[in-house]
Amino acid sequence: MTTHLHIDWTSCDGRGLCTELLPGVLDRDDWGYPLARGKSGRERTDVPLRDADREAAHEAVRLCPKLALSLWDGEKPEPGRRRPGQ
Amino acid sequence: MSYANDTYPQVPLHAAKEGKGQEPRLLAAGPDAGWGQHLDTFGPWDPRSAETGLLEQLTEAGLTGRGGAAFETWRKATAAAGSGRKGMFTARPVVIANGAEGEPLSFKDRTLLAHAPHLVIDGLAALSAALGGASMYVYAPAAGLPRVEQAVGERPRSKRIRMVQAPETFISGESSAVVNMIANGNAVPTDQRRRLSESGLNGRPTLVVNVETLAQVALIARFGAPWFRQAGTATDPGTRLVSVSGPAPARDVVLEVPGGAQLPAVLREAGMDPAALSAVLVGGYHGRWVRPAGHALSPVGPPDRTARPGAGVIHALDLQACGIQATARIVSYLADQSARQCGPCMFGLPAMASVLNRIAGGEINHRLAAELDRLGKLVSGRGACRHPEGTTGLVSSALEVFAADFRAHLLGYCTGPGGAAA
Ligand code: SF4
Ligand code: SF4
Repeated sequence: MTTHLHIDWTSCDGRGLCTELLPGVLDRDDWGYPLARGKSGRERTDVPLRDADREAAHEAVRLCPKLALSLWDGEKPEPGRRRPGQ
Repeated sequence: MSYANDTYPQVPLHAAKEGKGQEPRLLAAGPDAGWGQHLDTFGPWDPRSAETGLLEQLTEAGLTGRGGAAFETWRKATAAAGSGRKGMFTARPVVIANGAEGEPLSFKDRTLLAHAPHLVIDGLAALSAALGGASMYVYAPAAGLPRVEQAVGERPRSKRIRMVQAPETFISGESSAVVNMIANGNAVPTDQRRRLSESGLNGRPTLVVNVETLAQVALIARFGAPWFRQAGTATDPGTRLVSVSGPAPARDVVLEVPGGAQLPAVLREAGMDPAALSAVLVGGYHGRWVRPAGHALSPVGPPDRTARPGAGVIHALDLQACGIQATARIVSYLADQSARQCGPCMFGLPAMASVLNRIAGGEINHRLAAELDRLGKLVSGRGACRHPEGTTGLVSSALEVFAADFRAHLLGYCTGPGGAAA
């Protein structure tokens, strides 16, 4: 079981508070939105966390002004399950 | 090519040719098939027979979704069935027939709904029965609903089916957008931490199934998995409908082709000469460009020899057309169709479209190709739905297939009409 930080892109406004609290996990993209470092694909929406980052991640979830962040435990979401036109 | 999607062109039904090609299954009842023709062609069938054993049949058949994602139908259905039974309170599941066909180059679903609505309704009733009497919905654009309503009226004993109108947007058929439209009247994707099969419409286990997939379910419920597997290949069993379009004089046509069909054969069946084409867009605007030779249509297989059919769109480009300009137009459309909810999609897709249009327009700047690549990598995986990575996939296939044209453009000439030779 891995803890994942989930980013709800429909809520996030990209001011970047989370990237300040989790500098090792999240970078900022061209427009200020959080960008998971060293991850690709859907792991940039459900970001697997190292144990060392869990506490700071809890803090980010609590402080995100748009309530766009959440944590969940479990394995990777199944690939290929979200696609327009499905 | 027009992006206006408010009219339903009369697409000619593919007439079966003797001894050649796939014999029609889904459209076997002929044009405008009513209840009588439907029964004459496929035989009588009682939805209650699907109460047991249907999910096993679907597993054995290996049917995959025909709406784009090619997800295994039995897996989706079993997940929804399992969630419905879990816990103290059993929530009645929901099955939604998804006829939203937002892909501008797709017309097979509206063709199917117009000519074989009863097969779609049978499939919907079958899955509803298999899920213990799930609520039924049909979600389709305004032009498609009256025919379905009429068909429901023709049937002697039909359980209640609710009709919901799908808006004509690219994203309206995405599964969470479908549920959002039915629940809230807003056809945009929602953030999904829990799967729709666990918690969808009003928190009920929800199955969103493409209308062609449902028609295939109806055939499997009647004739069984071994029959279904008589067409296609072991890894891509059964048939699929494809919407084929290309340069004049080829006409837009819906074909039913076996799984694993060879692309050149499909193009020829649609009246085109593969040698007179430069590239083919397979899978729609979230699909990829491939060369007309050497690819089979299949959701599985090595990318150098297979192209994923997605929602069944096949669009051919003639030798004179500029692939970069064609891609730039598509990406501009996709950027415009972003639901503008997710930052990376809202800003990243227009940025990609702008770079691509600069290249297409002849700007001489070596850094543009690298910038396009960088933006694609930046946006993918970062949205509530797969619109960003779908767009990125199309662009990277263009960079690959039209590599020579990109080099030419960035050196100041276009190999398309009026440009240097290809
Ligand atoms: S703190 Fe919240 S709203 Fe701000 S950038 Fe991070 S996720 Fe987005
Ligand atoms: S990724 Fe784009 S198209 Fe998909 S929900 Fe977000 S903004 Fe809309």
